[in-house]
Amino acid sequence: MTTDLVTVTHLKKHFIVGHSGILKRQPITVKAVDGVSFVVREGETFGLVGESGSGKSTVAYTIVGMYQPTEGDIAFQGQSLFQGGRKRSAAGKKEIQIVFQDPGSSLNPRRTVKQIVELPLRIHRSDGDLSSRVIELLEMVELTPDYMHKYPQMLGGGEKQMVAIARALATNPSFIILDEPTSALDVSIQAKIINLLIRLQEEFHLSYLFITHDLSLMRNVASRVAIMYLGKICELAEAAEFFRNPYHPYTQMLLSSIPVVSAEEEELKPKKITSRGEIPSPVDVPSGCSFHPRCPESMDVCSRVDPVMVEVEKGHMVRCHLFRNGQGDS
Amino acid sequence: MARDLLLDIKDLYVHFHVFGGTLKVLDGVNFAVYSGEKVGLVGETGCGKTTTMKAVLRVLPMPPARIPGGEIYFKGRDILKMSEGELGRVRGEGISMVFQDPTAALNPVFTIGQQLGAAVKYSGAGDKRLSGKEIHRRAVAALKEVALPDAERLLKNYPFQLSGGMRQRVCIAMALAGSRELIIADEPGTSLDVSIQDQILRLLRNLVEEMNTSIILITHTLGVVRELADRVYVMYAGNMVEVAPTEELFSEPLHPYTVGLMKAVPKLTGGGIAKGIPGRIPDYLNPPSGCRFHPRCDRAMEICRQEEPRFYGVSDDHDVACFLYRQEEKGS
Repeated sequence: MTTDLVTVTHLKKHFIVGHSGILKRQPITVKAVDGVSFVVREGETFGLVGESGSGKSTVAYTIVGMYQPTEGDIAFQGQSLFQGGRKRSAAGKKEIQIVFQDPGSSLNPRRTVKQIVELPLRIHRSDGDLSSRVIELLEMVELTPDYMHKYPQMLGGGEKQMVAIARALATNPSFIILDEPTSALDVSIQAKIINLLIRLQEEFHLSYLFITHDLSLMRNVASRVAIMYLGKICELAEAAEFFRNPYHPYTQMLLSSIPVVSAEEEELKPKKITSRGEIPSPVDVPSGCSFHPRCPESMDVCSRVDPVMVEVEKGHMVRCHLFRNGQGDS
Repeated sequence: MARDLLLDIKDLYVHFHVFGGTLKVLDGVNFAVYSGEKVGLVGETGCGKTTTMKAVLRVLPMPPARIPGGEIYFKGRDILKMSEGELGRVRGEGISMVFQDPTAALNPVFTIGQQLGAAVKYSGAGDKRLSGKEIHRRAVAALKEVALPDAERLLKNYPFQLSGGMRQRVCIAMALAGSRELIIADEPGTSLDVSIQDQILRLLRNLVEEMNTSIILITHTLGVVRELADRVYVMYAGNMVEVAPTEELFSEPLHPYTVGLMKAVPKLTGGGIAKGIPGRIPDYLNPPSGCRFHPRCDRAMEICRQEEPRFYGVSDDHDVACFLYRQEEKGS
């Protein structure tokens, strides 16, 4: 049995975006993340999928500590990350790193690659020769030492992302959050980056939280997948099971919307559901189950009561009124 | 099937004169669309897809762009030789474009009604002026056509009051206003979520089939063309490298670049991800000699470094620009 590395328990992150009412005292909140629980096990790639505005990046930013949670907790190796509201220790920060979506804006254009990769080494006071460590890190991500003196604008998108990965690796982390690491890249470059990430994971026994909106990519990288809609997880399962047996109508809708390249893949797409409607504004989330206005199987109860997460099969959780605990099919 | 050539691009070159030299972006592009046909154009970032289409509408900034060679025939007339008046007619009644980012394509300070109204006013009406009432009626009809509810109210709204998917529908309504013969859709779903992209693609397919309009769908996602196109062109570094009927291209890709691209696409069936294509897109200032793909090609031969391949036919509709397939050379 593998051990749990990161435990997210009932995480909520609400943002106040304005005030309403006569005296402007009523806060308008966006419930970006609204009660999310999951576990990332050691050495696995946990996938978090969702469309824009579903709150997947907010989850990531809360884990790295860019946001304080409104409610709930995140534990790393059993230790709460937000105990008593104190700042995280440097040693704690070292373990959790992040790679952002757009390497064009996550790398400082006025710094050389060497300065960029060196910064975490300086902050965490790593011993020894910084230059040789930078060369070592660049080699880990398949870049030659002569990249050290280049500026980000001289690099291609894929190479920039490799530098961002080298920077994340600099502190020897055990957990890396990959926030859409390839969505700004072309497929041929994406393949290269993904293979690199998989190799690094094996080599350094890393655990990943992999965030993407691309379900086909998710199928190939994640060991377990959770899907988010308007701040909540709808379905969570082992990757193979998730794609073979999607239960939640939203999962089925998304899967049926993916453009695929072969007939075998076409077979896997749920046929009965076609996409309709749009994602509502997170300021004004529909009552009951937030998916009910778009759901083809919406019932009376859906607009009134928010469903709770049930375990339909072992390890396969669904949050939908159509399902009960331990009940395999609809 | 009667195949009338609607758009025929012949040996098109586009260069950009910049500080430090000449960017040889398009390097002899051949491309054809028959009437009523849905054509896909796939390629990665910077391969020249959008430049080709901008040349068709003559909206390339000149200078720095220059067209040193080539012809673009639309219904038998060369667009590059047209007068401004003729060109205006082509843009108003013949060809229209749907852009990737609907937010940038709509003017934020005018209402949907004003923008759509302008599109209606200048399209398909010939020389007669339309009355305000008639413009309004047609605009409402155009919005209904793209499945937007509450058209009357929408016409009074500004773009920021609409969601991304709705804005793209408005852009499609503008492109389809009047009767167009060719729609160029440049990555119409890329900036949208998959579930919305799927809706937009289905809408486009239904509309063009209903109106018997031709469409060129530009995208970097192979899956998207498979859903919509009859025939697909694959472009790499300013050259068309392969063209085939959609099914044939996906079941039997021939050009090493197409093969590599297909392999790199993550599959829903799983099974991991192939290595991708080594290297990166060439520098247009000093493009590689011969076949522009040869430095990244795992089957490159000596001749690939020296000579530029032309389209070699492997079957009726399937052409490949690769010396590996030269033996069955076409007469043209």
